[in-house]
Amino acid sequence: MLSNGLIIAFTFGYMALLFAIAYFSEKSAGKGRSFASNPYIYSLSLAVYCTAWTFYGSVGRAATNGLEFLTIYIGPSLFAPLWWIVMRKIIRISKVQRISSIADFISSRYGKNITLGGLVTVFCLVGILPYTSIQIKAIATSFNILQYSETTLNLFQIPFYKDTAFYLAIALALFTILFGTRDIEATAQHEGMVMAIAFESIFKLVAFLTVGVFVTYFIYDGFQDIFNQADLRGLDHLFVLQGENGVSEWFWISVLSMMAILFLPRQFQMSVIENRDEKHLDKAMWLFPLYLLLINVFVLPIALGGIIHYQEASVDADTYVLALPISYNQGWIALFVYLGGFSAATSMIIVSTIALSNMVSNNLIMPLLLVNDRLKSKYQHKLGNTVIWIRRGTILIIILLAYIYYKEISSQFSIVSIGLISFVAIAQFTPAIIGGIFWKKGARVGAMAGIIAGFLMWFYTLVVPTIVTAGFFPESLMEDGLFGIYALRPQHLLGMEGLSYVSHGLFFSLTLNMFLYVFISLFTSQSSKEHNQAVVFVDIFKYSTTLDSSIIWKGQAYLPDLKALLFNFLGEEKAENALKEFSLRTGKTLGNQRYADPELVNYSERLLSGIIGAASARIMVGSVVKEEEISMEEVLGILRETQELKSLNLELRQKSFALKRATGKLQSMNETLRLNDMLKDEFISTVTHEMKTPITSIRAFSEILMDEDLPEEDKKRFLDIIIQETNRMTRLIDQVLDLERFDSGRQKLNLEKADLRILILQSAESMLQLFKEKELNFEIKLGFDQLELMVDEDRIKQVILNLLSNASKFAKSKVILNSFLKEDLLIVKVKDDGKGVPEEEIPFIFDKFFQARNQTSKKPIGSGLGLAISKKIVEYHGGQIRVYREDNLTCFEFNLPFHEKVRQHTETQKTYE
Amino acid sequence: MNKILIVDDEPNILLSLEFLFKKEGYKVFIARDGEEAMDIIEENDPELVILDIMMPKVDGYEVCRYLKKNHKDVKVIFLTAKSKHQDIQKGMDLGADLYLTKPFSTKDLVNKVKTLMN
Repeated sequence: MLSNGLIIAFTFGYMALLFAIAYFSEKSAGKGRSFASNPYIYSLSLAVYCTAWTFYGSVGRAATNGLEFLTIYIGPSLFAPLWWIVMRKIIRISKVQRISSIADFISSRYGKNITLGGLVTVFCLVGILPYTSIQIKAIATSFNILQYSETTLNLFQIPFYKDTAFYLAIALALFTILFGTRDIEATAQHEGMVMAIAFESIFKLVAFLTVGVFVTYFIYDGFQDIFNQADLRGLDHLFVLQGENGVSEWFWISVLSMMAILFLPRQFQMSVIENRDEKHLDKAMWLFPLYLLLINVFVLPIALGGIIHYQEASVDADTYVLALPISYNQGWIALFVYLGGFSAATSMIIVSTIALSNMVSNNLIMPLLLVNDRLKSKYQHKLGNTVIWIRRGTILIIILLAYIYYKEISSQFSIVSIGLISFVAIAQFTPAIIGGIFWKKGARVGAMAGIIAGFLMWFYTLVVPTIVTAGFFPESLMEDGLFGIYALRPQHLLGMEGLSYVSHGLFFSLTLNMFLYVFISLFTSQSSKEHNQAVVFVDIFKYSTTLDSSIIWKGQAYLPDLKALLFNFLGEEKAENALKEFSLRTGKTLGNQRYADPELVNYSERLLSGIIGAASARIMVGSVVKEEEISMEEVLGILRETQELKSLNLELRQKSFALKRATGKLQSMNETLRLNDMLKDEFISTVTHEMKTPITSIRAFSEILMDEDLPEEDKKRFLDIIIQETNRMTRLIDQVLDLERFDSGRQKLNLEKADLRILILQSAESMLQLFKEKELNFEIKLGFDQLELMVDEDRIKQVILNLLSNASKFAKSKVILNSFLKEDLLIVKVKDDGKGVPEEEIPFIFDKFFQARNQTSKKPIGSGLGLAISKKIVEYHGGQIRVYREDNLTCFEFNLPFHEKVRQHTETQKTYE
Repeated sequence: MNKILIVDDEPNILLSLEFLFKKEGYKVFIARDGEEAMDIIEENDPELVILDIMMPKVDGYEVCRYLKKNHKDVKVIFLTAKSKHQDIQKGMDLGADLYLTKPFSTKDLVNKVKTLMN
């Protein structure tokens, strides 16, 4: 209905769009702006699960089996919550061990075994190749329908050079090579590819929803209408669970798809290798099932709508999504749908071939190359390039094989059956993987036996019948069984009836597989290498941080050899960087060592694993290492030791930290004590010194009085002096005691309500005489009328008197007393026009005996305790005292707060008593 | 008549010493700080100086240093409350003839001054 040219233009246009998306994402990521590291992109990339099979086949399946098509989506949705346990563990293991594919994973787990990895690769190829070919078939068929409105039967007879599908396949191969093999490391993440796949996921969803809406709301009048009409036509069996084998069918297919979502090579590639952050699983766990729900909403309406519309006309239900818009002459919708199907098919092809090419290069070709000495010596020095070209070649070959398969073989089968048969093949890896990450005893021999047996069973029960159908084997095989043994009928083993052939195949292959895996593992002892890997896999969360050092390895390697090996694969620059990173992380210098230590050997092996797979890496490293076999006891010993050392280390670190803290505390306490001690010494020496002055006078005059016959007048004068000096001593002692009480917090304030105005005036009055004698001008300014505060009246007076008397000693002509209220403070200022306190002494002026300490040139201040005591008194009242210069006057200022602090403070003081 | 200079910043101590030595028949000069002391020394040539150490402006050590430099023959007695070993050492090192600590015995002081003057 649409011209060939138009369809081709759109198809290649779409391809160009993919190229552009991939190209620009890579470019952007190169600049450090990665879009792919994002849980939404991650979830969308998982939707590579939905292939052409979903896009076309679901409707086909729904048209014949009703709701049963849902099973392959219900399985993954049900299993999604468990991803946190299973998938996260697989991701962690793969990141730590630098695993590049599902084959690599299994080979790694079972002692980095080459045979096992190769086996898995071959089985993957056998299982996935037909699946890939049906994607090509879907593209070709849909292209054809769009062009001629129906499937032309001669599709397979077109020579390949006239076949658009062939050129599309080549284009796909090109895309995959370009964006899937840029980096030699198979563990490297493909930013552009992931973004392109995420885009395709959106595209196919929108396309499918479009045709769904078109069918449901434009051809019919909504869901209700379709279901009513279907009901009238007796199609109601399609929208209820079917009886007979319905339930077991649901169960088996759901289980099957649970395994598929984990282990299909393309799913493993997207969910594990391309995972950038384990945390993305959080969102994917609900976003991915949501995606599945959305893409399935319209499946049944379309299927029913198709059946109703075409009635008896023989239109393949697989093509309804495309055929319906065409019947209604909606060319553009049809084109859009076609592109949606194209995107579903291409995303599967691209990711699958990348995954398969990694497996083939790392687990099949490399090991073969490395085992053969002649080949090895030939390629040894250009292995890096060889690996990449093997991968590129593999991609091309796989896609061509898929194309050939489609041309020559797949004409015989419907889409869904191949998809499910594929699933069953992949399901054979389940026991080995799940057992491998949760059961340390799981052994290589068991895994190998299980997988081989499972595959043979798969081949016999699921593949042989299709070959029979195609006419290559005699029909009698199906009816009479192999060698005529009735119990060996491929679809009815042991006379089993009541299961669909897929469930039947799954049941027998998986049961046999599991039985052999478990049974043989139980009776096999693992080699040390294998056990080592088993422990690391099962306890990955315990070991992932100390992996290099906990892997068991015994032997010697020349550092230059090891370096040469890394250079060959990584290139000089990358290898040097990797070694630098190693020495940075471990703190080991690699300068001129002759031998590499085990840790470095392990590190190198893991680096190589990321490029050529675990098994090949082991061979390569083995070639430069003289390895000694290590006994099981040693393995366990070393592992245990590492763990113990780790916890011991931690404990030690904690202890030493605590000790350090305690030492620090003690040191600062000691410092404080020493300082206090020094201050105390100084204080005592100053106090005694200060006391000597009055005592000297007292003694001198006493002796004078005693010895001499003095005139009465002198006698009286000298006695007066003695009394004066005694008073001075008493005052000094009182002040020292005062200060001591303030310092130790034992001083008690005698708080009473007092009128501050009266208090200040009284203090000032008692100084008037002194100012008059010294001929000083004394000014008082009070900025408030009445203020009652809870204070210790005598103490506050003491402060004011102290400040006034100090001022009188320094003033040249005047002293000013100024008091006012500011916010919730009473401010008292005493100013004098003396020369002021030198800047550098201001911080110490309120220290006790400051003037005495400042040594030999003594200043004419009293005991040296006045300001120290004043400060304490003010602070006890919750106020502050300070000194500064203002308008050329020296200003001592203190304040008293109105608030509760004062009372609280005195109350706490009382509790000391 | 022998001339004595007494230097101290404590008025009462000055008073007692002045009284004591006047009675012994000395000509007594008094100074309240180091600066005043040096002026009096220049003007009146006392033969003996009784020196406090801690005083405003110029301290006793400084006065002693000044004397030993410019008036070698003048006897110096430190009379101070500073009684630590280092303080005494420092005073004697400056060339003082005697180092007495406060409080002092008047008799003792008078006797020592007499001995020094002869």
